[in-house]
Amino acid sequence: MSEILDLSAAQAANAVAAGELDAGELFELYRARAAGERLNAFLWVAEHPPAGLDGPLGGVPLAVKDLFVTEGVPSQSGSRILEGYRPPYTATVVARLDAAGAPLLGKTNQDEFAMGSSTENSAFGPTANPWDTGRVPGGSSGGSAAAVAARLAPWALGTDTGGSIRQPAALCGIVGLKPTYGAVSRYGMIAFASSLDQAGPLTRDVTDAALLLRHMVGERDELDSTSLRYPGEISLPSRTDLAGVRVGVPVELTGEGIEPGVLEAFEKTLELLSTLGASVESCALPHAPHALAAYYVLAPAEASSNLARFDGVRYGYRASGASDLLDMYTRTRHDGFGPEVKRRIMLGTYALSSGYYDAFYGRAQRVRTKIAQDFAAAFERFDFIATPTAPGVAFELGAKTADPLAMYLNDFCTVPMSLAGIPAISIPCGLAGPPGGGRPLPVGFQLAAPAFAENALLEAAFALEQAIGFDGSAPHDMAAALG
Amino acid sequence: MIDHEEVRHVARLARLQLSEEEVDRMAVELAGVLDHIATIAQLDLDDVEPTSHVVAVENALRADEPRPSLPRERALESAPAVADGGFAVPSPQA
Repeated sequence: MSEILDLSAAQAANAVAAGELDAGELFELYRARAAGERLNAFLWVAEHPPAGLDGPLGGVPLAVKDLFVTEGVPSQSGSRILEGYRPPYTATVVARLDAAGAPLLGKTNQDEFAMGSSTENSAFGPTANPWDTGRVPGGSSGGSAAAVAARLAPWALGTDTGGSIRQPAALCGIVGLKPTYGAVSRYGMIAFASSLDQAGPLTRDVTDAALLLRHMVGERDELDSTSLRYPGEISLPSRTDLAGVRVGVPVELTGEGIEPGVLEAFEKTLELLSTLGASVESCALPHAPHALAAYYVLAPAEASSNLARFDGVRYGYRASGASDLLDMYTRTRHDGFGPEVKRRIMLGTYALSSGYYDAFYGRAQRVRTKIAQDFAAAFERFDFIATPTAPGVAFELGAKTADPLAMYLNDFCTVPMSLAGIPAISIPCGLAGPPGGGRPLPVGFQLAAPAFAENALLEAAFALEQAIGFDGSAPHDMAAALG
Repeated sequence: MIDHEEVRHVARLARLQLSEEEVDRMAVELAGVLDHIATIAQLDLDDVEPTSHVVAVENALRADEPRPSLPRERALESAPAVADGGFAVPSPQA
């Protein structure tokens, strides 16, 4: 059994294709682990393997973040207001992956409406990190990241608005990829910030990320007006050296505010890049320090509009005993939304309200232009931009819940790429001790590339991954994760 | 930067009931975040165009042809209250 668990998703798919592994047995192995887990990574687990397990992905089961709607299966976006909601349709990307042979294993925990960096904002309780169950897995796709790290799932689907795939991947010692905006259909993703949201893979290694992404992109989805036909096919990476590759290291995102242990692991990885033949030089993204401020205008503004649909009329929770329609709306939203979601709705409504629009939303959109221009200028000289993924290792449960701004700073290194709409990957680059002392924890290394350069990005990440040789097979608290 | 009356006004716009305690807390928390956001006021952005969509796209239109949509009973099956084949709500003016 442990040999099957040691197989990456791509290896498992190959073993099924070669007739060495039974897809039903594989599904049942992971199903039992997911059903018995103690991290609170899963909110729902399939009871039976699906009838047909055909397709190029070999029936290797997939964990899916709660916010993807899945027909007849709870899809709650981590919110009380959608508790028990079983939608009448399925998200395009989930349907595509199912058709390709990656059936739904279960739905994973997340921060409510993907708003958070620790999964502590879930209405269904926090998820614990399998490296240290007293610490957060990151977020908002923390359930998906913890599930893959603890081998409760071979691979998982997450979403990234300002870092929600990359940061939990970093904190859990796995690979997370945010594709180019528009590469993956958003149809059926319960929306947070529509101009930023993007689905992507959370996997054990870079090859698995490439394999899953290959089946997520493709033809334009006419049900999502921002979806784009992907130019070409995603290949499985094979590169072993990085001769001629130019990597820029932005001074603005690699200094102040980064934990010393993270910085040390990051700098060692830059040395490995050089050893592999890449040139590594400092570069400037002058407006990157303003990205977080712009993001915390744009994302809440879009969220306040998107979340207007949760009014107790068509689905989900409705407060009882309302005196009239308006009273029903305001009480339903009071009871149904958690504190962080209320905060962002308020922030976004404020930023869009009469008299403030130009000062906040208009200015933030202009900052977004400057950030995209900074990246465009950097990509004239460099193939990739490298930063730490998160400024620190996994923090203790409860450490940042009282201070929203401290929580938001987790996204410092990931938000600029989100605003520019470019692809970025986080790969584990080693372990570092937390600032207050304790067992060493995973550190993520982020590489970003120009729009639609996913193949080049995956090749570079693959070569680097082989050189790093990170072993994520046995997180410290694996035994506690399985109960 | 944001007083209690303004918090209540924004909550009304957002159709969100807040308790007095939530209004107190929201005023403090929003002020902290707005202070951070205010740093973008220092930038010179006069000649910069706003960006609402980062990847260049043209109008994405599909053929305007009738096709099956979600059946009424499927659309209604998750509704908190249903009447006469529609979503039932309390009266706008009780």
